[in-house]
Order: sequence, then C-alpha cells, then structure tokens
Amino acid sequence: MYGKGLRALSIATVAAMTVALGLVFFYAPLEAEQGFLQKIFYLHVPLAIVALCGFVIGGLLAIQHLRTRDARWDMRSYVAIHMSLIFAVGTLITGSIWAKGSWGHWWVWNEPTLVSFLIVFLLYATYQPLRFAIEDPERQSMYASVFAVTAGAFVPLNFIAVRLSSAYLHPRVLGGTSSLPGAMALTFTVSLFAVALLYATLCKYELTAKHTRAQVRALRRRLSGEADTTRRPRSAAPVLHATAAVTAAARTAGRTGV
Amino acid sequence: MRRTVAALLRKELLVELRTLQSVPGMSLFAVTTFVVFHFALNRNSVEGDLAAGILWVTLLFAAILGINRLFVADADQGGFDGFLLAPVERSAMLVAKALTLLGFLVVLELVAVPAFALLLLGPSLGGELPGLLETLALGDIGIAAVGTLVAALAVRTSARDLLGPLLALPLLLPIVIGGARATSPLLTLAHPTGPPARWLLTLGLYDLVFGLIAYALFDFLLED
Repeated sequence: MYGKGLRALSIATVAAMTVALGLVFFYAPLEAEQGFLQKIFYLHVPLAIVALCGFVIGGLLAIQHLRTRDARWDMRSYVAIHMSLIFAVGTLITGSIWAKGSWGHWWVWNEPTLVSFLIVFLLYATYQPLRFAIEDPERQSMYASVFAVTAGAFVPLNFIAVRLSSAYLHPRVLGGTSSLPGAMALTFTVSLFAVALLYATLCKYELTAKHTRAQVRALRRRLSGEADTTRRPRSAAPVLHATAAVTAAARTAGRTGV
Repeated sequence: MRRTVAALLRKELLVELRTLQSVPGMSLFAVTTFVVFHFALNRNSVEGDLAAGILWVTLLFAAILGINRLFVADADQGGFDGFLLAPVERSAMLVAKALTLLGFLVVLELVAVPAFALLLLGPSLGGELPGLLETLALGDIGIAAVGTLVAALAVRTSARDLLGPLLALPLLLPIVIGGARATSPLLTLAHPTGPPARWLLTLGLYDLVFGLIAYALFDFLLED
C-alpha cells in the first residue's frame, strides 16, 4: 500500500520543521554583518541542496527504470524531479530576496552557485514539456528517463564549469558548514534535515495520490463492467500499468466487499 | 560496426549533397547573424570577450539549426524503421549521426570563422589560429555528441522544433562558457595569448562525459 507510513512521516516532518524554525528564530545567533536577514540562509541553502539532490536522485531512479522497464520507477523519477522543480523555484525566490537584502540587487551574476542553479533549473523546466509532447505513454516514459539521466549527469558538470568561470575573481560567500560557529552549524543541520523530510513527505503524498487515482479509475471501470473507452486526457504525468492498478484495486475491493 | 557506420555516413552525406538542406542554411545563418550583431551592437569591429561571445553564440545557434534537422528525414520518411529492421548495432546510428553533425559544424566554421574575421573581428587572427582551431574542435565534439542525443530526443515529439532548442541551449551552455572563455584571450587587441589550459580541460571533460552518456542512452531512444 502506498499510503502506509504517511501519517508518521507527516507528523515527523511537522515536528522537524517546528524544531528547525524554533532554532532559526530563537537559538541561532544573529550574524554580525547581515543581522536578521542572514536567517534566510537556513531555508535557502537546504532548499537548494535538497532540490539538487532530488534532481540527481531522479536521474538514478530513471537509470533503474531504463534497466527494469518497470513503470513504477518512472513514476518515482517523475515525482522526484517534479518536487525538486518546486523546491528549485523556492530556492530561486529565497536566493533573490537574500541577494536583494545583502547585495542590493535581485540578481547577481558573479555568484557562481546562483548562476549554475539557474541553468539547472532552466534545463529541468523542459522536462514537463518534453513529457507532454509525447503521446504514447511507453515512449513518453522512455524518453523522459533518457532526459532525466542526461540532466542528472549535467548537474555536477555544470557546477564545475560555472564555478571555474569565476573562481579566481570571487571567493565563496559560504564555504560550507565547516566555517560556521557551532550554534549556526547545528541550526543549519536541523534545517537541512527538516527540509529533506519535507521533500520525502511531499514525494510520498504525490505518489500515493497518483496510485489512488489509478485505483479509483480501475474500480470505476469494474463497477461499470466495461472496458475503459473514454480516452485519457493527454498528460505529462506517467501512467501506471493498468494491470498493476487493477489487481491492487481488486484486492482492495475484495477486502472492503465492494 | 565500422562498416555500418561507414554505410550510414555515406547515406547522410549523399542526402545532404542532394538536398542541401542543412549546411548552406547554417552557414548563411551564421553570416547573417554577424551582420545582425554589427547593427544591434552598433560596432564596426569587436575584440576580446565580446568577440568570443559573438562567435560562440552565432556558432551555437547555427548548430541548433542543424541539430533540429538532423533526424527529421529519418522520422518522417521511414529512416528509423528501415534502420531498425536491419540486423546491426543501434549505436552505429549515433556514431554516424554525430560524425555527420561534426562534419556539418566543420564546414560551417570554414565559412563562419573567415566571415567573422572579415566582417567584425578587430585583431587579425594570424598567429592565434592553432589555438582557435583547438578550441573549436573540442567545442564541436561536445556539440555533436549532445546535439545528436537531443535531436533524437526531440524529433519524435509533437513539438520538435520547440523542444530541440529548449533542451539543447541549457545543455550546451558549458560549451559556450568554456569556448568563449578559452577564445577571448586569443582575440584581444593588446597581447593575444593561447587558450587557457583549464578551459580546454573543461571542454575535454564535457566531451568525454556526454560522449559516454549519449553512447549509453541512445539505444533506448530507438526502441518501439
């Protein structure tokens, strides 16, 4: 069952987010130069790290899909990339706010991390249009996986290229957690953990919703007792194997006595 | 494998020679773009960063024209089906197409680089030609590998003309970064120097990684 553990995961996420926000606002010391504004760092950087990891994970799941030809891996890869895109939008927005506050501009070209992130975002923004432009579900999932693997490999390479292009001009603003004082490092680690949990929970919610919808469709078809003749609207989201959804639905139906 | 690639390559070149639908268009586009840059920037001559940027952007966009057309005949006129029916390795098509695209790019640059030197470039190319050729060659290999993969990815979608460039532009950005940064010291008026080694290394690394990725993934795009 896909909904299993969802409640525990959600509660853990809410608790972790609460603790993380509590630490950010009441425990972490104010940074000497930027003051209160610097606290956006505890949201912005975890969002960015989780989004990038999600993109790479999407690529790894896509490799699994290409190896096994199992549509469920494609679904996982799709959900991972979909959620990462949303987190990436959050990263760009919080990054812009931070840049405006500390450098006075909404966008700064000499910060290599920011620029590489934008490039990665622009690349992944074509993932959904690519899926949407292919009608045949099998080919759609195949091509999407090829894209996900290519783009997943592109993420680290792009960071190398952009970092090199300005490495000698601009030192890094944040050199990782090692240079942070203890209280800040702790807050950052907890925030990172909380955002990662949020990502996992949202992914699980989306997976559960997609599977539930497939089951409902299969059940409705059984109730009406005829083959599904209504055409499925074209969509960028992957389709689950009808057989898997039907057997799962049938099992549920048997248990609940429909 | 080698015979298959040779046969496919011969077919591609024959098709291009008979239809002339890619290379002349790409070259003409590049020359026209230089004229557009002259008016858009209101400059009679450029040098340094600006020159390198104009050269690489023009080459990239011209390459995208070729990438967009690379598989169109195969998708529309049954080239894929014919190839899939033949008992040969599928990667042969990737190699043949990438070599074709590489050939197109070389011809494009044979036209575009002299035209650029003639129309826009301030400093004369003379002594820095080997460095420029080296950079262009490394860039071309990367464009050919990624371009072939992207072209195959986009050609059987309903929005192929749109998706090709949309996918290719961000994926090829490291080539533009590396190419432009490596070329700009060659094109300065004051003291032209050779291309910095770290940029050539970046380009080489990119070529290697994406060459392998394209080789590993291309087979999946041909399945039906």
